[in-house]
Amino acid sequence: MDIDALDRAILNRLHEDLPLVPRPFAAVAAELGTDEAELLARLARLRAGGIITRFGPFFDAEALGGAFCLCAMAVPPERFEEVMTRVNAHPEVAHNYERDHSLNMWFVLATETREEIDAVADRIEEETGLDVFRFPKLREFFIGFRVAA
Amino acid sequence: MRLDATDRALIAETQAGLPLVPAPFAEVAERLGLSEDEVIRRMGAMRAAGVIRRIAAAPNHYALGLGFNGMTVWDVADERAEELGAQVGALDFVSHCYLRPRALPHWPYNLFAMVHGTSRAEVDEKRATIRALLGPASAADEMLLSRRILKKTGLRLARKE
Repeated sequence: MDIDALDRAILNRLHEDLPLVPRPFAAVAAELGTDEAELLARLARLRAGGIITRFGPFFDAEALGGAFCLCAMAVPPERFEEVMTRVNAHPEVAHNYERDHSLNMWFVLATETREEIDAVADRIEEETGLDVFRFPKLREFFIGFRVAA
Repeated sequence: MRLDATDRALIAETQAGLPLVPAPFAEVAERLGLSEDEVIRRMGAMRAAGVIRRIAAAPNHYALGLGFNGMTVWDVADERAEELGAQVGALDFVSHCYLRPRALPHWPYNLFAMVHGTSRAEVDEKRATIRALLGPASAADEMLLSRRILKKTGLRLARKE
C-alpha cells in the first residue's frame, strides 16, 4: 500500500496523544491542515491496509494489575524447534522472537500478577532444562519514534 | 488509581480500539449507557494516572517497510543510566527504550533501545548514532537482529473486577 506525505503526517501526529475532546479528529485535522472527514477516511484506509494495527488507548497493563517481563534463553540450535514449541504453548507468552545471539530466544511474559511471571518462567526452566533470564522493565524512556516524513 | 467497574467496562470496550467516527467518545458512551462527558472525564483521569499511556495509532513496522529490527543493548554506568536513557529514548528513530537489570556474568547490558530500518545498513547506521551519543559512557554494546517472529499475540489485559 502506498502512503503519501499527508498519510505520513497523520501517522506521526497520531503516534502522539489524541486530545480528549468531543471531536478529537477535527482538532487533529485542523493542526494538519486537512479536514475531519479526510482524516477519518485516511485513518480507516491506513488501518485496512495494515499500516496501523490499532487506533485507541494504550493501557499500562501494570497499572491495571498485570505484569510483564522480557525473558531470554540460550537454546542449543538442535533443540530450537522443540523449545520454541514448549515456550509458545504457554498462553502467557505474548511475543517471541528469534534473535542473532547466543541468547537466541527472546519473549515477553504477560501475566495478571508479578508472582506469576516467576512461576511461568520457572515452569519453562523445568520443562526445557534451560535457564530463563529475566529482564523486567525498571524504567521506560520517552518514545520518540517517528516515521520519516 | 483505583479502577471501578465502570472504568473496567470502558477499558474492555476500547481495548480493541476506538471507533473511527467524528465523535468516538460519544459512540463509546452510547454503547455503555454513559454520557460523553463521563467517558471523556474517566479517560482523562486514567490518562493522568498513567493507566492510559496515550490514545494513539500503533504502527506496523513491517507494513511500513521497516522489516529489519535490531535490539541494541548497552552497558552504561548505573548512576548515569537515567540521564543517558532519556537521551537515547528521545532519538526519533528509537521506538522503545528501557532500563533493565543486568544478568551477570552472562549479560552486562542494562539499556535496551529498539531500532527499525529497511535494510541492515540502515539499522547499523542507527546503532552507530546511538554509539556516538553514548561515547565512552557505554562500556560495551551489541545489537541483536531479529531473525523471525516465533509468536505474536495481542496484549491481554487483566480483567479482574
